[in-house]
Amino acid sequence: MRTFSYVRAPDVETALRTIATEPNAKFLGGGTNLVDLMRENIERPDVVVDISRLPLTGIDELPGGGVRIGALVRNSSLAAHPLVRTRYPVVSQAVLGGASAQLRNMATVGGNLLQRTRCLYFYDEASACNKREPGSGCSALGGFTRNHGVLGVSDHCIAAHPSDLCVALAALDAEVEVESTRGTRRIPLTEFHHLPGSTPHVETALAPDELVTSVELPAPVTTRSRYRKVRDRASYAFALVSVAAALEVRDDTVTAARLALGGVAPKPWRATEAERVLLGAPATEESFRSAAEAELASATSQDGNDFKIELARRTIVATLRDLLTDRSAA
Amino acid sequence: MTQTLPETTTTRESVVGKPVDRVDGTAKTTGEARFTAEFSHPDLTHAALVHATVSRGRITAIDTSAASAVPGVVTVLTHHNAPALKSPRKVTPTDLSTMASGTSVNYLNTDEVHWDGQPIAVVVAESALAAREAAALVRVTYETAESTVDFTAEEPAAKPQKNNLVMQGSAKKGDAEAAFTAAPVKVDRRFTTPPLHHNAIEPHATLAVWDGDRLTVHDATQSIDWLRSHLALRFGIPTRSVRVIAPFVGGGFGGKGFIWAGTILTALAARATGRPVRLVLTRESVYRTVGGRTPSTQRVALGARTDGTLTSLIHTSVTRLGRVGGTPEAVTSQSKHLYAAENILVRQNLVELDLVSNAAMRAPGEAIGTFALEASIDELAYELGMDPIELRMHNEPERNPIDGKQFARRHLREAYRVGAERFGWADRTPEPRSMRDGRWLVGMGVASAFHPSMLFVANVVVRLSVDGTVLVHCGLQEMGMGSATVQAQVAADALGVPVESVRVEYGDSTLPMAPGAGGSMQTASVANSLLAACEKLERKLTKLGRSPQESPAAVLAREGLPSLEVSVGSDTRLGRMAGQLRFMSKFLMDQRRWMKAALGAHFCEVRVDPDTGEVRVSRWTASFDVGRVLNAKTATSQLKGGIVMGIGMALAEQTLIDPRNGRIMNPSLAEYHVPVHADIPPIDITYLDEPDPTMPLGLVGIGEVSITGVAGAIANAIHHATGKRIRDLPITLDKLL
Repeated sequence: MRTFSYVRAPDVETALRTIATEPNAKFLGGGTNLVDLMRENIERPDVVVDISRLPLTGIDELPGGGVRIGALVRNSSLAAHPLVRTRYPVVSQAVLGGASAQLRNMATVGGNLLQRTRCLYFYDEASACNKREPGSGCSALGGFTRNHGVLGVSDHCIAAHPSDLCVALAALDAEVEVESTRGTRRIPLTEFHHLPGSTPHVETALAPDELVTSVELPAPVTTRSRYRKVRDRASYAFALVSVAAALEVRDDTVTAARLALGGVAPKPWRATEAERVLLGAPATEESFRSAAEAELASATSQDGNDFKIELARRTIVATLRDLLTDRSAA
Repeated sequence: MTQTLPETTTTRESVVGKPVDRVDGTAKTTGEARFTAEFSHPDLTHAALVHATVSRGRITAIDTSAASAVPGVVTVLTHHNAPALKSPRKVTPTDLSTMASGTSVNYLNTDEVHWDGQPIAVVVAESALAAREAAALVRVTYETAESTVDFTAEEPAAKPQKNNLVMQGSAKKGDAEAAFTAAPVKVDRRFTTPPLHHNAIEPHATLAVWDGDRLTVHDATQSIDWLRSHLALRFGIPTRSVRVIAPFVGGGFGGKGFIWAGTILTALAARATGRPVRLVLTRESVYRTVGGRTPSTQRVALGARTDGTLTSLIHTSVTRLGRVGGTPEAVTSQSKHLYAAENILVRQNLVELDLVSNAAMRAPGEAIGTFALEASIDELAYELGMDPIELRMHNEPERNPIDGKQFARRHLREAYRVGAERFGWADRTPEPRSMRDGRWLVGMGVASAFHPSMLFVANVVVRLSVDGTVLVHCGLQEMGMGSATVQAQVAADALGVPVESVRVEYGDSTLPMAPGAGGSMQTASVANSLLAACEKLERKLTKLGRSPQESPAAVLAREGLPSLEVSVGSDTRLGRMAGQLRFMSKFLMDQRRWMKAALGAHFCEVRVDPDTGEVRVSRWTASFDVGRVLNAKTATSQLKGGIVMGIGMALAEQTLIDPRNGRIMNPSLAEYHVPVHADIPPIDITYLDEPDPTMPLGLVGIGEVSITGVAGAIANAIHHATGKRIRDLPITLDKLL
């Protein structure tokens, strides 16, 4: 870790002013990812602006049935909140599927949006990485790619986004509110993260001087939703594949479907192709399989992550089947 | 420590075997127990390592200017400015401490790089953070040389391992190849296991202080005595000038049995700076500088008659050594002892790679060898249409299969009988995919556990005081097994005093020499000498006219003696050499006469998700034949620990070494997956408690046996659940899709 200076922001305004004037500053929320990356010399801020005491910790019901979640709400508080548990079970399950109890007590919603990839080569200074050092190449190509993406990847970067929460948020049409000294704007969650293309170091739509202040969830299309995470051990591991799904069925026909995938793409992957196939289709295993096939049709893989394509298909089908058959999920 | 009043009579119940609480339990749960990283010293400095990032070559330039400029940096040591060190010695049988060196590299005394990760500079600073910050700023340029790092590519060119006194590279009985060809029923399979790391919870750490030519080190070591001899050798000072202190070690599993760069370089840095230096390795530095378990490829070929009688057992292996060190693993060891095959052939082969030397890791050899053998036996059982336990019992030998020696003790039949009953094996339907729980596929598997038993020399001093207390001095090491607790039990029974009045002092090289905690032999070796010492003490008491009803302390009180002391073994140079020679001759004689081993039967139940291939171990019963158990509580914990580690090996663990450049890519507990609590089911441990008549108190070492067979049992259960045979560890879900 490099030596850095630390300031604690007493209010949002000061936080925004500080980040606008310091060229190499970082906001510190729960620190569960930033501090790790600083220890590994991947993140090297000169100034760390501690925002953890800013009043962005509310979970409030919105007119129309949505929910507004403050950027500094801790993961554990989010997962336990009655509004979240009853209206958006998929969000609660996604959060509880991630990290450990200790980390969830620290990690924040805003920080979760900005989690960086777990690519082994991104973490290793001796390896080439276009994300860490633009133009240096990608050692992951031809290397260990078990936790890498199969959708939306490029020749420059095949890293996967590691967040669980973001997958659920992507499925639910969440919007992110960001603020800077220039003003406030809203970004749909599905547009918040960028695909790598030829600039994998540009990971989000967030400008360097902007602060995530809240995430808004619209009223749910259905409260029948769930998160399924498949990984290499029972707990405390990143997803190989995860599925966030919400499904509404009337007269054996799908009337609403929301689907997003984790662990398979450089961003939380909203499965729009699968949703298109599902909408109006009979609620059967065959339809689920067709939807999964459609979504994964454009997948490309390496030796080490080829299995993810079939695993993603199967996990989509299994999650939808569970939503269909398990009435208690409602 | 509780002190009790002298007793007047000696009639008391035996404490050997009882679940006596750990003597250090309170100290550990309150944080009072101090581990190496928690020791300090006035004027202490902190060190950090810089690792090579090429697998072979020469350092052409090393720029330490940016590192030296970091506030608080005392010095940056490289091959340009480091003090001279003597090279490690070649291994000689008369001085077993020559086996101690993890590698043959003379760190910072050479510009040569032998593996990606080799330490090539040490930063010493006023704080650990400054040292680490500076270490990241050292810039190195190399002239690279061609290297060989890809085990899979090199494995076909492996060379046969030579036999030596301690380990056979090959052995045979009859003509196994011919018998295999002729066998009516056969299986012939290839297995692979990946490289693994120990991942003790406490990373390696050292604190070194020089006082003139005298060196004191606190070190997280499994072998105080070897470390002392090795440091003396490397720094050219007499052994008596080195003191090693290690009262508590946070797990080792073999990783702390050898001496690695961190320890040497801490002492070197302290010498160079003239200040005390502490180095606590980062987890990454542990992976890069401490060897782990070798990968393996194995072939097991079994031939049988239709009634299940084994006519041929062939087991061959390839493992790797580092080009700069490492020891072969006895991968085929269990295959010479577990089954009464009419013909047997085992052969071990080796490749040398430009990687950090491999190191012993819990049951080196048998942990991975039993996987291949026990999975093959299961496959043969299915070929024969026999129950896998019935097949094993049909081939249960009366004498040691490879050479006809007598077994010191063998109750594997009984272990299977007891285990099967506790587990409910009879409820299993043999057809694969025939058992379900909701959507989960359920499978049950068994496998045998095997680990050879040994004794080493240990010196002890026992002092009885007139207040009735007994003090045992022995430089043994405690890594969490309960070593001091169980030896207190041994002394208490031998002298007829309450266990609370026995204190064991250990973990310091100023105490009588004990063997390293490795090879599952510390407990029995120390107990052996402790019993001899207690007998000596008894004889002295008898000479003092002790009456049968008189307590030991009462004799001293009557005679006006403050204490009575006896010793076994001598710590002088000559005494140590004599001890080693006595040991070697007894070892060889014992080897000729007996086959001694710890044995067991694992029963495992798994659930497999038919959609995703996720495997969950849902139940475990293990039934052991491990001689007499000294302490029901600590033994059960240790046996469970081995099973947990085996579950990790079976399902998740793998050190990822990039075959393109030999670099370890997952040097962290985030990406190297050891089991978490949610992966571990309730584990039912039972043991037969039948003493081994050839061992002191009937004891057999239990440190390693329980990891053996675990991966085999799981692979067999997964086959029963899914119908799929996975012969490559770890059995990750992608292999089951």
